[in-house]
Amino acid sequence: MCLAIPGKVVETFDQRGMRMAKVQFGGIVREACLEYVPETQVGEYVLVHVGFAISRIDEAEAERTYQALRELDQLTELESPVVEEVEPGGYRQ
Amino acid sequence: MKYLDEYRDGDVAKKIVGEMRRVQTRPWVLMEVCGGQTHSIVKHGIDHLLPEGVELVHGPGCPVCVTPLEMIDKAHAIARQPNVIFCSFGDMLRVPGSDGDLFTIKSLGGDVRVVYSPLDCLKIARTNPGKQVVFFAIGFETTAPANAMLAWRAREEQVNNVSLLVSHVLVPPALEAILQSPDNRVQGFLGPGHVCAVMGYREYDPISARYHVPIVVTGFEPIDILHGTLMTVQQLEQGRAVVENQYSRILGRDGNLPAQKLVHRVFEVGDRKWRGIGNIPMSGYHLRDEFAQQDAEKLFDVAEIATLEPEICISGEILRGIKKPHDCPAFGTLCTPQRPLGATMVSAEGACAAYYAYGRHLKPEPLHQIVAQTAPLAANGVTT
Repeated sequence: MCLAIPGKVVETFDQRGMRMAKVQFGGIVREACLEYVPETQVGEYVLVHVGFAISRIDEAEAERTYQALRELDQLTELESPVVEEVEPGGYRQ
Repeated sequence: MKYLDEYRDGDVAKKIVGEMRRVQTRPWVLMEVCGGQTHSIVKHGIDHLLPEGVELVHGPGCPVCVTPLEMIDKAHAIARQPNVIFCSFGDMLRVPGSDGDLFTIKSLGGDVRVVYSPLDCLKIARTNPGKQVVFFAIGFETTAPANAMLAWRAREEQVNNVSLLVSHVLVPPALEAILQSPDNRVQGFLGPGHVCAVMGYREYDPISARYHVPIVVTGFEPIDILHGTLMTVQQLEQGRAVVENQYSRILGRDGNLPAQKLVHRVFEVGDRKWRGIGNIPMSGYHLRDEFAQQDAEKLFDVAEIATLEPEICISGEILRGIKKPHDCPAFGTLCTPQRPLGATMVSAEGACAAYYAYGRHLKPEPLHQIVAQTAPLAANGVTT
């Protein structure tokens, strides 16, 4: 019910004083109301729920989160304890 | 598709689960609040990927599920009236009331229509000036701006044959009701990403602080859910309890201010009954008095209909994370999506309906039986 889908704004237009857009979701284009994200420009991505754009997608933030997740195992390696070389017969404190 | 495919990447999922295994030292019970998250979890088997001891229980965030039976009966009573065009989102059509569903009413000659957007009702009303167009305005905060816009535009454009049957519910009071329950098991929440896209997440700070529970606002794709789960487990392991935002590509702390502004002009907060849970104080939206002309409950004389839920149904406990679908003796037998007995089976986003849709009502054959059946074949050399 709270399903909302990201799509690309391909056209904006006026409908009885309301700012509207044509939004492309994969191969499908549907109309969406832009009244709640009035600053949206053609080419930007918005999140659409029941015919209303409720959010503009922050592309830089999307990239940042995704890259951070892709590098998770590298972070894990960095955080793992450093194994020090010890003299034979010696021990680490 | 951009902003979807990246969040379904199996390699990234493995990395997140690996990190979760590394940080987790003891069992934790987390609740995903939103029905869309529940559906995604069951569909992708995300709960089966998690380390043993990290348990997801399913929350109350399915608006179709929690719409009380009395309200569904009211909708049906209005839809049956001549001269009414009854409009609804598609997922309400199959929800049975005391006497059939909206499909039944349509098959008997009622004018019931599925709309994509609430604004479609304005077009239908202009095209049918002699008819009353009634929209079944259900939903959480995510849907409130769209429904508020319908009431607002109907009044502003003086389209006088449109009204809304409002059954709107709010997430924060439901979380408090869960946390206050003496048998609560939930230690952390995956917060509702799209609700917070509209409302922001400031209102979750006092809940997180008062009950000392981490709340991580989380998206809906598999990677989002795994990431939100990891962030919640990290907080629990560190003894922290704050509100964090996993879904930062979509929302910030303040949410969508223009949307909130219109919602508050059109709606006011009041008590609401939740199916399976009961009355929760100040847990829903009602149209303000100035929108009385758009309020179907005021325009149509629909008597209060008292309805009883089947005693066997445990959906109230499922919605509060105390039980799971398998704990119910009726699950998948007496109660199926075709013949639902209660809240969590009536919508695809309900926990019971999601479990059923993805075959979790089927008992797999025990492995030793399969081995016993195949062993003689192998002994006879019939192997390939």
